Amino acid sequence: MSGYPLHLLYFAWLRERIGAGGETIAVPGEIATLGELRDWLSQRGPGYASAFAAGKTVRAAVNQVFATPETVLHPGDEVAFFPPVTGG
Amino acid sequence: MARVKVQEAPFDIAAETAALLAGRQDIGGLGCFLGVVRGTVGGRALRAMTLEHYPAMTEAAIAAIAAEAERRWDLLGCTVIHRTGRLAPGEPIVLVLAAASHRTAALAATSFLIDWLKTRAPFWKKESYADGGEAWVEAHAADDAAAARWEG
Repeated sequence: MSGYPLHLLYFAWLRERIGAGGETIAVPGEIATLGELRDWLSQRGPGYASAFAAGKTVRAAVNQVFATPETVLHPGDEVAFFPPVTGG
Repeated sequence: MARVKVQEAPFDIAAETAALLAGRQDIGGLGCFLGVVRGTVGGRALRAMTLEHYPAMTEAAIAAIAAEAERRWDLLGCTVIHRTGRLAPGEPIVLVLAAASHRTAALAATSFLIDWLKTRAPFWKKESYADGGEAWVEAHAADDAAAARWEG
């Protein structure tokens, strides 16, 4: 399967470490799930490696709904990565 | 249907309360929670708190939490207003109002709403200290525990 586009968003310290609030990228077709996307992103550079470092708790949403590592991705999805929420 | 707002501007508690009560006589109690920026954190003086959020998701996430409150209690009105941006110590951050015919439901729903808001709405707080340092607020286990007591 060929690559497909995803709209990525980063919030709070993930945004600061990656150095951008978001980006649209083409990911390899073999990436099927959110967990696989996270592993792939963590190898894109030092900022990504820092943002997705092991032991850091990172949450995510797909198309504005909280998601898990097993969530299956589709072309054009909006995928947001962020720390555990701290509102209220 | 709850009134949900995410905004930088201050809100007016009296006006929001009046809007919930306007034109009705079936409300017997109105629970209110007002979250305020504290001036010290762990003994360190705070200069400001900055709230970041996920605009495309925030209002829908709060509306889902409010819908759950309306499913659990017979609410006659519900308002949630959450501020974003840079706030100084002493400034209100969040307002939760829940109206019901009796106090038990009003108070329980108010407590539920703020507990779930803290763990299920996409906001992130960054603290700026008087000494020049900055840090993102870590999620608290106590908040998770408070939210979890409403599950099951």
